[in-house]
Amino acid sequence: MSVEERPSPAAPAEHRTTPDTAPGVNRRDGPDLTRWRGRATDPDADRSTAEQLSPEAVTRLRARSRALLGALLRPHRGTLAVTVALLLLQNAAGMAGPYLVMLGIDRGIGPLRAGDGGPLVAVAAAFAVAAAVDHAAKRAFLVLSARIGQAVLLDLRQRVYAQFLRLPVAFHERYTSGRMVSRLTSDLDSIAELVDGGIDKLVLAGLSIVSVAGVLLWLDAPLAAVTLLAFPFLLGLSRWFTRASASAYRRTREAVALVIVHFVESLGGIRAVQAFRRERRNQQIFMAVNDDYRRANRDAFRLIATYSPGIKLIGNVTVAVVLTYGGWRILAGDAQLGVLAAFLLYLRRFFEPMQELSQFYNSLQSATAALEKLAGVLDEPVGVPEPDRPVPLPTGPVRGAVEFASVTFGYRPGALILPGLDLVVPAGQTVALVGPTGAGKSTVAKLVARFHDPLTGTVRLDGVDLRDVADADLRRAVVLVTQETHLFGGTVAENIRFGRPDADDRQVQAAARAIGAHDFIAGLPEGYDTDVHRRGGRLSAGQRQLVAFARAFLADPAVLVLDEATSSLDVPTERAVQRALRTILRDRTALIIAHRLSTVEIADRVLVLEAGRLVEDGPPAELIAGGGRYAALHRQWRDSLV
Amino acid sequence: MAPRGGRVRNLWRLRRYVRPHLAEYGWLLLAALAATGAGLAVPLITRRMVDGPIAERDPAGLLRLGALALLLGVAEAVLIFIRRWVQSSSAVRMEAAIRSDLYAHLQRLHVGFHDRWQSGQLLSRATTDLSVIRRFLSFGLMFGVLNVITYLAVAVLLVRLHWPLGLLVAASAVPLFLVSRRFSRAYLVASRRMQDQLGDVATLVEESARGLRTTRAYGRRPEMTARFSRDARRLHDTSIAKSRLLARTSAYFDLVPNLTLAVVLVTGAVAVARGQLTVGDLVAFVSLQLMLVWPVESLGWIIANAQEAMTAADRIQEVLDTRPAVADPPAPVPLPRATGARRLRFEQVGFGYPGTTGPVLRDVELTVEPGETVAVVGATGCGKSTLLSLVPRLHDVTTGRITLDGRDIRDLRLADLRRTVGVAFEEPTLFSMSVWENLTLGRPDADEDEVRAALAVAQAEFAYELPWGLATRVGEQGLSLSGGQRQRLALARAVLGRPGVLVLDDPLSALDVHTEALVEAALARVLRDTTALLVVHRPSTVALADRVALLADGRIAAVGTHSELLAGVPAYRAVLSAAPGAAPGAVPGATAEAVPGATADDPDGDPDGVDLVRS
Repeated sequence: MSVEERPSPAAPAEHRTTPDTAPGVNRRDGPDLTRWRGRATDPDADRSTAEQLSPEAVTRLRARSRALLGALLRPHRGTLAVTVALLLLQNAAGMAGPYLVMLGIDRGIGPLRAGDGGPLVAVAAAFAVAAAVDHAAKRAFLVLSARIGQAVLLDLRQRVYAQFLRLPVAFHERYTSGRMVSRLTSDLDSIAELVDGGIDKLVLAGLSIVSVAGVLLWLDAPLAAVTLLAFPFLLGLSRWFTRASASAYRRTREAVALVIVHFVESLGGIRAVQAFRRERRNQQIFMAVNDDYRRANRDAFRLIATYSPGIKLIGNVTVAVVLTYGGWRILAGDAQLGVLAAFLLYLRRFFEPMQELSQFYNSLQSATAALEKLAGVLDEPVGVPEPDRPVPLPTGPVRGAVEFASVTFGYRPGALILPGLDLVVPAGQTVALVGPTGAGKSTVAKLVARFHDPLTGTVRLDGVDLRDVADADLRRAVVLVTQETHLFGGTVAENIRFGRPDADDRQVQAAARAIGAHDFIAGLPEGYDTDVHRRGGRLSAGQRQLVAFARAFLADPAVLVLDEATSSLDVPTERAVQRALRTILRDRTALIIAHRLSTVEIADRVLVLEAGRLVEDGPPAELIAGGGRYAALHRQWRDSLV
Repeated sequence: MAPRGGRVRNLWRLRRYVRPHLAEYGWLLLAALAATGAGLAVPLITRRMVDGPIAERDPAGLLRLGALALLLGVAEAVLIFIRRWVQSSSAVRMEAAIRSDLYAHLQRLHVGFHDRWQSGQLLSRATTDLSVIRRFLSFGLMFGVLNVITYLAVAVLLVRLHWPLGLLVAASAVPLFLVSRRFSRAYLVASRRMQDQLGDVATLVEESARGLRTTRAYGRRPEMTARFSRDARRLHDTSIAKSRLLARTSAYFDLVPNLTLAVVLVTGAVAVARGQLTVGDLVAFVSLQLMLVWPVESLGWIIANAQEAMTAADRIQEVLDTRPAVADPPAPVPLPRATGARRLRFEQVGFGYPGTTGPVLRDVELTVEPGETVAVVGATGCGKSTLLSLVPRLHDVTTGRITLDGRDIRDLRLADLRRTVGVAFEEPTLFSMSVWENLTLGRPDADEDEVRAALAVAQAEFAYELPWGLATRVGEQGLSLSGGQRQRLALARAVLGRPGVLVLDDPLSALDVHTEALVEAALARVLRDTTALLVVHRPSTVALADRVALLADGRIAAVGTHSELLAGVPAYRAVLSAAPGAAPGAVPGATAEAVPGATADDPDGDPDGVDLVRS
C-alpha cells in the first residue's frame, strides 16, 4: 500500500506530471485518485516502527504479539486453569452422548425385549447426568471465560491508551490521530468480538477433535483408521487457510485504518469541506478507500467460503466411507450396529466444530492482526522517555533558569533546525524570541517543554538536564502555551482546571479574572459551566486562547513558554493580557514568541533568531538604538500600527 | 424502550440496500435449501442401509447406498461453496454501500450538526454498527430463514418416522423459543448500552488524540489515563453483564436438546423392543434429531445478532434521519453568470446558535458594494467569525436575510453560492493530502497557472521548495508546517480562481510583520476587483479595507472609513489602536492602496536590507 508513497529520487517532484499509480488501487474515478494523498516525507508514515513489511519483521511482530498475549493472560492463570478444567468436563459430558446412544442400542434393546428395563434406565440416568454436567460446566465456563476475556481487553485498552500518551510528540506527528483512534477503537473491537464469542468454540473444537479421535480408535480401530485418513486433508486445508487468511486479515486492518483516517479527518474539517465544496471529491476518495476495504473484506470472506465447504466435503466423504465400510464390517460380523450409529454421531462432533471454527477463525484472524498492530504500538520505543532515576529540581525561592548547551536539533535527518544553540536564561527573566518564520523559534519552545529531546547537547532547567527530570516535576515547572489551543469536551471551568486539577472554583475564576477572560466567560449562557463543544455556539479562536491562557496561569509554572499565544486576540484584550503578564511574570522565567512586537515590549531581553542561530541578544531598548535587525523589525512593526 | 414494531422499522428501512441483491438472495436461498436437503437425506440413507442391506446381508445394495451418500455429500459441499462465495461479495457490497451513503449524508449535514455530535460517535456508527448489520444481512438473516425451514423439514420427517416422538422433539423447541425471547429483550438493552459506551470511549480517544500536546504540556497524563480507565471499566462491566446473559441462555440451548435426546433414546428403544420401530428408524431418528440442534441453538445467536442489528440500524438511521438544516432550495434561483464582483447585503440579519439563549447577531445591516472591501472589527467574541460564516451558509440566518446581487442566498444552489464565495477561516484547516489537493479543494479543475497565481498572492511559494513540491503531503499526516505557512496556504486556497466574493477571517494573524506586508501588498491587488469581507484584528490589515464596520454586542455599531471611525468613534479607537489613548491624529492609511502599493512595486527589495523571510 505504500509503494506510491515512498519517495524515490527518480520520481519527478512536479505534481501534475507524476505518473505513479499503485497496483490494486481503484482507478475507476481516474488515475488522480491514487495520488491525492501526496508523497509523505517519511516513508514509515503509516505504521509504527515495528510494523515493517519484511518477512523477518512480520515474524518478529508475531512473536511480540504472542508475548503480549502471554503477559496479558498471566494474571489470570488461576482462573484460566479452572476454565480449562470446566472445558474438559464439558467436553467429557458432551462426548458421553453418542457413546450412551451406542450402549442404548446395543445393550439396552436386547434386555428390554427380554423384559429387563434396567440397562436402559441406567443409560437414561447417565444421559441425564451428562446433560446436567454439560449445562452447568458450559454456563460456568462461559461466565468465567468472559470474565478473563473482558479483563484482558480492559488491560489491553488501558495499556495501549497509556502507551499512546507516553509516546513522544514526534511519534504522533507521524502516526496521526486518525490512526491512533483506529487502533483504540476498530482494532480493539475486533479483539472484543473474539472474546465475546469464539474462544470457547475454538478450544472446544480442538478438544473434541482429539477426544473424538481417541474414542473412535477405542470403539473400533479399523473403522477409526479409515476415518483418520481424512486427517492429512484436514491438516493441509487448515494450513493453507491459516497462511492465506493471516495476510488477508492484515490487509483488511490496514484498509479499514485508511477509511477511518479519511472519515475522521474530513468530518473534523467539515467547515472547510463545505465552504470549498469538497464533498464530491471527498466522496470519490471515500468510495475508493471504502471500496478497497470492501475488496479486502471480500477476499478474506472468500477464503472462508472455500475453507468451510472444503471441511464439509472432507466430512461428508468420510461419512459416506464410514457408512459403507461400517456396514460392511457389520455384514462381516466384525462390528455391532450401535458402533456404527455412535460413529456417525461422533463424526458430527468431529467435523461440525471445525465448521464453526472457520466462522470463528475469521474473528481469530482479524483479532490476531489487530493484536499485532497493538503490539507494534506497545513496542514502539518511547523516544522521549521518563528518567529511570529522576533528579529532583533544586528548591528555592526563585527557580526556572533555562540553559541550552550546544543544542542541535532537526525534525528530519539532514535538515538541522538548530545547528548548535547556546543560551542561558537566568531565573525570573522575561525573554522575547523574534525572527522570521522557520528560524527555529517554536523548536526552541518545544525543546524547553521537552516535546523533543535535542540530538546533541543538553537543555537544562535549574542546572538539571531535562532528560533527568521526572515528567511530573517538569510539567509543574514548565508550561507551554501555543497558538493552537485545544479545549477538551466539558465545561469552561473544567478546561481551565486542566492546568491544576485540585483548584477550586474560586481559584479558577481568579485565574480567568487575572488575564481578563472573566467577562466573556460570565457572559456565556451558563457561565463557567458552559459546555465548550456542545451548546452550538463554539468559542471563537480568541476566546479559546483566553481560556488556554487562564489554564496556564492556574498551572502556576516557574517557566512559562508562550508561542504565539495571543495571535487571535484583539488589541484591547491583548493589552489586558500583557498588563496581566507584567504582574505575573515578575517572579517567573518566561520565553515569549510573538510576531506582534507589542508583546515583546514587556521583555527584559530580546533574542533574534535566524536559521537556528542567535544573531542579536540584548535589552529591547538597546537593540532598537543599535540599529540592527531587531531595530528594523521594530520600525516595520511601528509603521504597521495606526 | 420503543415498541417492537418501531424497533424493526429502522432495520426494515435498510432493505433498499438488499434490493439490488434480491435475485442473488433468491438463488442463495435455493442453493442453501438444496444443500440442507442433501444433508437431511444422509440419515435417511443410513436408515435404509440399516434396515435394508445390513439386515438383509446385501453387499451390492450397501455399495449402492454408500455411493448415493457420497454423491449427496459432495453435492452438499459444492452447494455450500456456491452459496458462501456469492454471499461473501454481496454482503460486503451492501456494507460498503451503506457506509458510502452515510458518509455522503454526513458531508451534507450542516456545520451545526457536526458541532453538536462527537465524531467518535459518528465513527462508531460507520464502522462497528455497520459491521453488525453486515453480519446480520449476510449470516443472521439467511440462517434465520434457513434454520426455520430446516427445523420444519426435520420436524415433518421425524413425525413421519414416529409421530409421538416426532411431536415431542418438535415441542422441545418451545422452551428454547421462550428462553430466547426473554433473553433478547434483556440483551437488546445491554447491547444498546454497550454500543453507546463504545461510542463514548471512541470520543474520548479521539479527543485525547487531538489534545495530545496540551495533555503533554501540562503533564496531565495521569488524569487522562484515569478518565479513560473509568470509561473503559464501565464498558467492561457492561460487557460482563452482557456475556452473563449470553452464558445463561446458551447453556439452556445445550441442555434442552440433550435431555430430549435422552427421552428419544429411552422411548425409541422401548418402541424398537415392542416392534413399533425398526433399529434403522431409531438411528435415523437420533441423527436427524441432532440436525435440529444447530438450527435451534443458533436461534439464540441469530436473535442476538438481529437485536444488535436493530440497535445498529437505529443508530445509523438516527444520523440519516437528520435533515441538513442548510440545504439546496426546492426551486433554486440561478445566480447570473457575471464574472467579477458581486453586491453582498446583510438585511436585518439576526443569528443565534440553536440551544443557546441570546442571539449572537442582531439586526445587522451592511452592504458591501461590488469590488468593495469591508473590514469587520470588534472585540474578541463579539460575533465577527459568526457573521462571516453566514455568507457561505455554514449556518443560516435566524432572522432577516443575506443577499448576493439582490438574491437571497438561501434561494441559490449551495454549489453556486460556495463557488462564488472564497473563504479562509481563522484556523487554517489542511488535510492529509498533497499541497495541490489542499489548494484545489473546491476547484479540482484549476490549472497550474491559477495555482501559481494564488500561491503568489499568499506569498506561499515556499510550497514549491517542499521535498516533493506541490505533491508533498502536508496536514496532520504529512509534513508539519508552521502556523504562518499553513495560514498562507489557506489564503491561497481562498483566492484560487478569483472568487466573486472573498470572506477572510483574520487571514494574516500568524504571519510575521515582513511577510504580512508582502501578503497585504499582493492581496490588495486581488481585492481591487473582488467584493470582500474581512475580519481584522491588526490596524495594519485595516488598510486593506475601503470601509470598516465596527461590530459590538452583535450589532453594527458604526460603519465608515478607517479615519472617520478613528476620529469619531471612541469605541473603535479602543478596539483597534495599539497604544492606549493613541493620538487620533495619527491617521496614516487613508488610502487603501497607497501603503501596501509602495511595497508591492518592490517585492524583493527590502528597504532595510533585512531579509527575514525565508520559509
